[in-house]
Amino acid sequence: MNLVIVGLNHRTAPIDIRERLSFPEESIEEALGRLVGQYDINECVILSTCNRVEIVGISREIEKGIREIKRFLSEYHSIPLRDLDDHLYVHTGEDAVRHLFRVASGLDSMVMGEPQILGQVKDSYSIAVQNDTAGVIINKLFHKAFSVAKRIRTETRIGAAAVSISYAAVELAKKIFGNLTGKTVMLVGAGEMAELAAKHLLTAGVREILITNRTYERAVEMAREFRGSAVMFREFLHYIKGVDIVIASTGSPNFIIRPDDVMGVMRERKHRPMFFIDIAVPRNIDPLVNNIDNAYLFDIDDLQGVVEANLKERAREAEEADAIIDEEMDTFYRWINSLDVVPTIIALKQRLEKIRKNELEKALGQLNGLSEREIRILDAMTSSITKKILHNPINRLKKEANNVDGDFYIEAVRKLFELEDEEALKKTRSGEE
Amino acid sequence: MSYIFFHITAAAYFVATLIYIAYLFSHRAGLVKAGRYLLYGGFGAHTVTIIGRWIEAGRTPATSLHESLTLYAWLTVALYIVLLYRYRITVLGAFVAPFAFLLLVTASLLPKEIVPLAPALESYWLPVHVILAFLGNAFFTLACIFGIMYLIQDRYLKKRRIKGLYFILPSVEILDELNYRCLTYGFPLLTLAIITGAIWSEYSLGSYWSWEARQIWSLITWFLYAALLHGRLTTGWRGRKSAMFSVVAFAVLIGSFFIIYLLFGGAHGLLR
Repeated sequence: MNLVIVGLNHRTAPIDIRERLSFPEESIEEALGRLVGQYDINECVILSTCNRVEIVGISREIEKGIREIKRFLSEYHSIPLRDLDDHLYVHTGEDAVRHLFRVASGLDSMVMGEPQILGQVKDSYSIAVQNDTAGVIINKLFHKAFSVAKRIRTETRIGAAAVSISYAAVELAKKIFGNLTGKTVMLVGAGEMAELAAKHLLTAGVREILITNRTYERAVEMAREFRGSAVMFREFLHYIKGVDIVIASTGSPNFIIRPDDVMGVMRERKHRPMFFIDIAVPRNIDPLVNNIDNAYLFDIDDLQGVVEANLKERAREAEEADAIIDEEMDTFYRWINSLDVVPTIIALKQRLEKIRKNELEKALGQLNGLSEREIRILDAMTSSITKKILHNPINRLKKEANNVDGDFYIEAVRKLFELEDEEALKKTRSGEE
Repeated sequence: MSYIFFHITAAAYFVATLIYIAYLFSHRAGLVKAGRYLLYGGFGAHTVTIIGRWIEAGRTPATSLHESLTLYAWLTVALYIVLLYRYRITVLGAFVAPFAFLLLVTASLLPKEIVPLAPALESYWLPVHVILAFLGNAFFTLACIFGIMYLIQDRYLKKRRIKGLYFILPSVEILDELNYRCLTYGFPLLTLAIITGAIWSEYSLGSYWSWEARQIWSLITWFLYAALLHGRLTTGWRGRKSAMFSVVAFAVLIGSFFIIYLLFGGAHGLLR
């Protein structure tokens, strides 16, 4: 049984190809059915997102599996294979396992470490489970991929640092205030980025939002949208003392918040920290505000710098994530290899032989004065009992091993007889080589 | 016998320090966990050290500088564990471990013999006074550490340097809050230590106050912390100013402690 992944992503294919190859959610069930029914593929999962389309399949032969999946992609979407082939990548065996682990962990995503992909992989997998196209290997593989992704998320900071300007603002706010619950934000001026940052801040727990704008109607309109309160533009400095986070984005050519304003406010609010976000160009807040104790000012370039620093931090974390994947690959492969039929049969025989020997010794210890010949007869008898017991299961295992659900039989035998003995496995394998 | 545990403790704190240093550079969550467990283990050995010494000496082990530093380090680590439990600031260990280790190294360089206490000083006031004083010191130590952490994080934010410790230090507001909390515990403890010291002095030497160096300096420290708390409560000193002040006050506290010990010896040289 061989694992094959054929797919394309944002790096290998332009958007028009990705569009044509994508599987709308409602079509996936039917596509899975066709792949298993009409092509020589035993198990499969279809992952289709806006940045990637991947078919994870299990087939008897690697080369054939690759051919079949490619043929399916081409026929299903009615695109000649030659138009497609350059954009497709192929991963098989160990390489495919690593690829899937990296995809699930977000290491292969356009924005390194983004978390949505894990949910998408989970959804794709559960559709395959519902349609019975996921067997022993796919099940184990995907469950492992989920646990690897989770481990990477908890043990590295891959997803921790914000990589968009609006999230960077939220992250900085958390480094200033810790908890944002109960904090107040003021939007000075409107603008897409300011609104986005405000939305993220509200999600992060900010309690109250004040909005001011040169056109008061616009402020009222936005206040309705954000469930905040509108403030007259010429009065906004009076309200600022109760505000913890100020987001400025007006079209004003001059500074509208100056150090003197902030210093006065600071005294009134007993120097509790304030966070100023200036995303206007030209700037709305005098840069000298940053020199005031407990006031932190970031302009648009500073935020961009934060995003870049975070991307660097993520790349650094990705190395650590890859190390975790290496580690998990080992444990996964130990399991995959245990599915070989030969070592399983050897382990099974050894297991029974060990039991027979133990029991025989116990019996001989209780029977005194047996002759050589009698002992030999007992030995031969017990030995033939175990052989007879094993005869059928072993034949069956050998036969089934080449069939679709062979792994299921092997796995069942290993579980029933508790054949998890690593040492025996290793020995038999090195013996084969 | 208890000295073996002293060495185990120092070794654990040392290794914890190395691990925490590696953590500061690499930010690996596994390291901070390892450092924490080593600190816990060290604290266990430390506890055995102190109990052993207590039994051997038959009195509170805080009459030589060696004993005092060992007890002080123990209380600081104990306080760290309590704070960790309450606030989950894991990076704190990176500051506490080297500090505790340095205290123990200093202690190990000093004479370790158990010196009999002058009969005049034997009193129940000894443990009360000494523990209050060192617990107060431990709070001031943590206040100073939070102050230092604050100053580092504040600098990262002001200079917009998004790298290094920025990622692992908590927010400035929380650091400021913890700095303040530690002061509010440290200050009453220091006050009580001074009062019990005076009572003890009256009990054994016949006078509450004799303007000895130790007494003068503890009064100076008291005024420094009183000024800091007053500033925080009334004029709204916060953040950088308060953080720097608590670092300075702590430097005065610890500096005078060492200098007086080295010049006059244990029990504040009151017996000379």
